[in-house]
Amino acid sequence: MAEPSTPLGPGPLPAAPHGAAVAVDHAHHHPRLQHHFYSMEQQLEASILAMWVFLVTEIMFFGGLFMAYLVYRTLYPQSWLDGSSTLNVPLGALNTFVLICSSLTMVMSVRSAQVGSRRGQIVWLIGTILFGTTFLVVKYFEYAAKFEHNLVPGPHFSTAYIVEHLGRTGVDPHSTQLFFSLYFIMTGIHAAHMVVGIGLMTVILIMAWRGRFTPDYYGPIEVSGLYWHFVDIVWIFLFPLLYLLGLHGGHGA
Amino acid sequence: MHDTAIKRQSYLDAPYGIAAWLLTRDHKRIAMMYLISITVMFAMGGFFASLVRLELLTPRGDLLTPDLYNKAFSLHGIIMVFFFLVPSVPATLGNFLIPIMCGTKDLAFPRINLISWYLYIIGALIALGVIASGGVDTGWTFYTPYSTVGSQTPVTAAIIGVFIAGFSSILTGFNFIVTVHRMRAPGLTWFRLPLFVWANYATSLVMILGTPVVAITVLLVGFERTLGLGVFDPRLGGDPVLFQHLFWFYSHPAVYIMILPGMGVISELVAGVSRKQVFGYSFVAFSSLAIAILGFLVWGHHLFVSSQSIYAGMVFSIITMLVAVPSAVKTFNWTVTMYKGSVTWESPTYWVIGFVGLFLIGGLTGLFLATLGLDIHLTDTYFVVAHFHYIMVGGMVMAFLGGLHFWWPKMTGRLYPDGFGKAGAILVFTGFNLTFGPQFILGYMGMPRRYHAYPDEWQVLNVLSTAGASILGLGYLLIFCYLTWSLFKGERASDNPWGVTGLEWETTSPPPTFNFYTDPIVTEPPYHYKQPVPGREATTIG
Amino acid sequence: MSHTAHPIPSVRLYVTIWITLGVLTGLTVLAGYQDFGFANTVIALAIAVTKASLVVLFFMGVRHNTPLTKVTAIAGFVWLFILFGLGMSDYLTRHWIGVPGR
Repeated sequence: MAEPSTPLGPGPLPAAPHGAAVAVDHAHHHPRLQHHFYSMEQQLEASILAMWVFLVTEIMFFGGLFMAYLVYRTLYPQSWLDGSSTLNVPLGALNTFVLICSSLTMVMSVRSAQVGSRRGQIVWLIGTILFGTTFLVVKYFEYAAKFEHNLVPGPHFSTAYIVEHLGRTGVDPHSTQLFFSLYFIMTGIHAAHMVVGIGLMTVILIMAWRGRFTPDYYGPIEVSGLYWHFVDIVWIFLFPLLYLLGLHGGHGA
Repeated sequence: MHDTAIKRQSYLDAPYGIAAWLLTRDHKRIAMMYLISITVMFAMGGFFASLVRLELLTPRGDLLTPDLYNKAFSLHGIIMVFFFLVPSVPATLGNFLIPIMCGTKDLAFPRINLISWYLYIIGALIALGVIASGGVDTGWTFYTPYSTVGSQTPVTAAIIGVFIAGFSSILTGFNFIVTVHRMRAPGLTWFRLPLFVWANYATSLVMILGTPVVAITVLLVGFERTLGLGVFDPRLGGDPVLFQHLFWFYSHPAVYIMILPGMGVISELVAGVSRKQVFGYSFVAFSSLAIAILGFLVWGHHLFVSSQSIYAGMVFSIITMLVAVPSAVKTFNWTVTMYKGSVTWESPTYWVIGFVGLFLIGGLTGLFLATLGLDIHLTDTYFVVAHFHYIMVGGMVMAFLGGLHFWWPKMTGRLYPDGFGKAGAILVFTGFNLTFGPQFILGYMGMPRRYHAYPDEWQVLNVLSTAGASILGLGYLLIFCYLTWSLFKGERASDNPWGVTGLEWETTSPPPTFNFYTDPIVTEPPYHYKQPVPGREATTIG
Repeated sequence: MSHTAHPIPSVRLYVTIWITLGVLTGLTVLAGYQDFGFANTVIALAIAVTKASLVVLFFMGVRHNTPLTKVTAIAGFVWLFILFGLGMSDYLTRHWIGVPGR
């Protein structure tokens, strides 16, 4: 992404022997090609593979949280319904749609780089950042509501809101806190990933503004896009699992 | 003339200066910086081990208070596992050799490699800070609810240090995966790769898939401690055993992160000292993958005596027996490789033999522990401690030291006196067995682990163990001394002092920054030795 | 296999996927308000998996990626199921032994 690095020592690269797969010719190679790669294609493929390997670590990272969710929902299904009933479904659905829009703007910005439109990249990247920020703002209001209703686990936790405002009975003051602990941790860590994503997109935006990305060099924007879409996918699972449980008021699983 | 040409081009000399090292992207320099860092942490971890062994000289708890003793074994474990064993071979020998063995100029992402070292340093500094502020007493396993609500020690800081070190290992693993897949030299197919690469590749898979789970798990402990967001809190209906599930989901595969690279080293050394193709190359290669995958399916054997379901326990027990099979395949193949090879008695040979014997004992004793009924008796006793130290020290540390001795001429361009090399191996082997052999007996007789006092009748065995630890420590010290000495006074090494095959031996000792003077093209399988010739003069150095 | 050798996806494709994702979101909310008992969870997860697959295949471009990248993506989810599966095997079978308190 920066100027090409040179892990090489002094002196010119030796010419590759005859019959080698690829010959490296200093005079013609792309200025964005790092010296330990032999072609732009190899560099791009390596970067995409690398991002996917990183995303696998993210899948397992969130996976631990989903495991805790799975265990406790199995052990305390009623508390899960009670806790879920306090979540604002319209806001959650709006946020889901906001992230889906941000994924669209993201692919559009990558596409703009692929077709060589600098203006397109900038516009769509700004869109992505705006949608991401909207998501976080909505989240802020949701969290504020939880604090207001004393639904944050700890000494101030109270099931009063659930009992009085939502008319639910037999709410367990202990295991319901497990739900809220997981709610805050899962959505909080997701939000932290959004913040990182917005930061990343800002950097990419600056690079796009400077005209860094061309149809034959768009690796960083594509790879950052992969990260962004992943954060969207995590929310795609978080939304139904956290928000849509207690809707029908029944005693489903 | 040739000598000055090497000096000018060696990665050690050009470019010059501290900044050139601290901002390097050269995988070889990063490897050497890691080597220094993990040696420091090893010394630290060894210090805490000596506190433990000194206390256990006498049956009464008279050297350390119980709290201090808890901190001593906890810090020993945390440092040795997260700051020494996990990075040991991958970050040093792996970083150095993998690009060279793949015939390429560097890893796929040199800057990320450097970042991984800085992250390691930050994690290590945090760990040192934790030690300076008194240390933690939760055991390296951070079991809840003690780690969340009980312990008054800086657990959160320790967790952050471990988290950052874990992230460092993820970056190393991910670099290896992309490099091995996408950057091999022309002609270098998977089955022409040295087994060291296969082993580190398998290790990298485990790092990628397992480390994030322990990362989130320790983070949850941190959230519970700092924000009161109870997830494992029994008062809320939380399950402390859930912590154990999540913790061991990584920590069992972590032991394979710790041993697989060592197995890779041994594969190389075995072929080298026997001057022979490794028997059953593809079996050994696939066994690395099998260990990596099966290793993820056995974590419940750490939970046999928790409230884990007996039926789940049975499943975990059977699969644990299975995971022994690929390790056995390797051990068998290494032994057969040496049979009728033209083995020369240089220091790497000593390390190889030491490893094979001790790893065998460690592995077999694992089967005892995998057996449900036996584990009820043996769990949380010194039998377990002996078992894992046979693998981790008798296996992994010996493999690491063996690899260091084998590739030292390549990495530093210097030879150490081989007599000292052999002496070091013998001291370590002897000291090690004296330290941990008695512990099998102690454990069988019922001595619990993590206790600082014990009944009088066990004192003899404990004294033997501590005596062994002293010899072991002397061995390490000796090795440190002559290897450091060799950097300044050692004879200069030729390109291939052992007379063995491998891309790394086809370049200079030490290699130039860009690894090769002519880009390699690989046309032969690895270990392409001619048939051993009877009566051949053994190659000796020093 | 070159990533750049494949034609750049059309705007129409992306917009179609976007609309589909929106519709599926609406669907999952609607389904949530109905009482299908245990099937509620199944439906919600099925829709989520479909949405995630659309993002992975089309927005993330995995359709065009090398087989290695595809295997990598799948491996992550497979490993998740190992954690869930073997882990839940404990919780789901604890009560089989019939010992009081277990």
